[in-house]
Amino acid sequence: MTSDHDDRHSVSRRKILECMTWAGTGVLWSIAGGTPRSLGIVGETMAAEPSGLTFLQISDSHVGFDKPANPNALGTLEEAVNKIKALAVKPSFIIHTGDITHLSKPSEFDDADRIISQTRLDVRYVPGEHDVLDENVKLYRDRYGRGTEGTGWYSFDANGVHFIGLVNVVDLKAGGLGNLGNDQLEWLEDDLRGRSASTPIVVFAHIPLWTVYPQWGWGTDDSARALEYLKRFGSVTVLNGHIHQIMQKVEGNVAFHTAMSTAFPQPAPGAAPSPGPMKVADDRLRSVLGVTDVTFERGQQRLAIIDKPLQG
Amino acid sequence: MAHRLAHSAWIATALAVAVLAVVGSFPAASNQAAGTEVQIDQFTFAPQQVTVKAGTTVTWINDDDAPHTIASSTKLFKSKPLDTKDKFSFTFTTPGTYEYFCSLHPHMTGAVVVKATTGSSAANKVR
Repeated sequence: MTSDHDDRHSVSRRKILECMTWAGTGVLWSIAGGTPRSLGIVGETMAAEPSGLTFLQISDSHVGFDKPANPNALGTLEEAVNKIKALAVKPSFIIHTGDITHLSKPSEFDDADRIISQTRLDVRYVPGEHDVLDENVKLYRDRYGRGTEGTGWYSFDANGVHFIGLVNVVDLKAGGLGNLGNDQLEWLEDDLRGRSASTPIVVFAHIPLWTVYPQWGWGTDDSARALEYLKRFGSVTVLNGHIHQIMQKVEGNVAFHTAMSTAFPQPAPGAAPSPGPMKVADDRLRSVLGVTDVTFERGQQRLAIIDKPLQG
Repeated sequence: MAHRLAHSAWIATALAVAVLAVVGSFPAASNQAAGTEVQIDQFTFAPQQVTVKAGTTVTWINDDDAPHTIASSTKLFKSKPLDTKDKFSFTFTTPGTYEYFCSLHPHMTGAVVVKATTGSSAANKVR
């Protein structure tokens, strides 16, 4: 399999997943008019000639985690950061889709900042449920909440793309899934009002905004309302974390994608008794941890999403 | 109620430590202790429902590699995040059904049913 990223033939998702398994490396997706097309299996060098905006997604660093599934989560975060520093093309910024820490401890936030700041890139965060374990979400908001609304949601623009960071991990209800809440949904409706439908939209939040597996809480109760506000836009990309594995789905003009963790993998839905940290062979761990590279090509309204494992 | 809330806050900060020494030595299997310990294993509370007499202290023990909390659905009590092997205890003094969940993983739910110690007429309502 070559790095033939100019061979833009369409292949089925099933085929992609087979390829991914076989090659153990990243897949480049392009999205044009809501229809994803594979650009083929890609190697480390494929992102060398982007045009337009490139940013990175990092997720679920769980700083402080030290259980058998990965006794040194800080170490694998540092490995991810070193890979980012070595990228041939410097991304414009990083989004972190939550679970920065494992237990919301100040020392864990400190360690995460110390390592992630070594990228020397602007980092835009949204919290995971592990980051808001103190009662008033004070620790997270003191560090990352400047200029945000409510418990930490916000939007910004870069290269003509509108980015929206949402919080769906606060005030969760018994028996429920992730939760955005009425205040945030009203803000979202207002934030999108008046924007051109041709504006590419990137939404990022911790828990998937599509229902991956409700039996394990992998979904967001009121995400349908958010997606209703987004459906008039021609290009919507939703980036999530939380489930510590790559999953993707396309629904209309909306492409959903979840990232790997930098700390530990979790099992495929229903493949284990619970979604707890999954222990894999030591020599396989770095093939299931990693970061995600996203490129927006100006004028083509496409986002190319490449998952980059730490190894393989 | 104010007293109870203050009580639970105190428990959250102090008893987590005290319980390690006291409750930790009781075997979970004995008749006397049955229903007073709830294991958290594979993202489930086991048993999911326990029935105890009024005045019983229920202790939750996290056996998972992921942290969990014990959060009353009516905000009567809430533990700090329990890391692996951490414990949380709450003493149930009033008959009723007390539903709770894990605030990190809200699909995890459980209940404590508290019965009167004598033939009291207290209603078995959800608290």
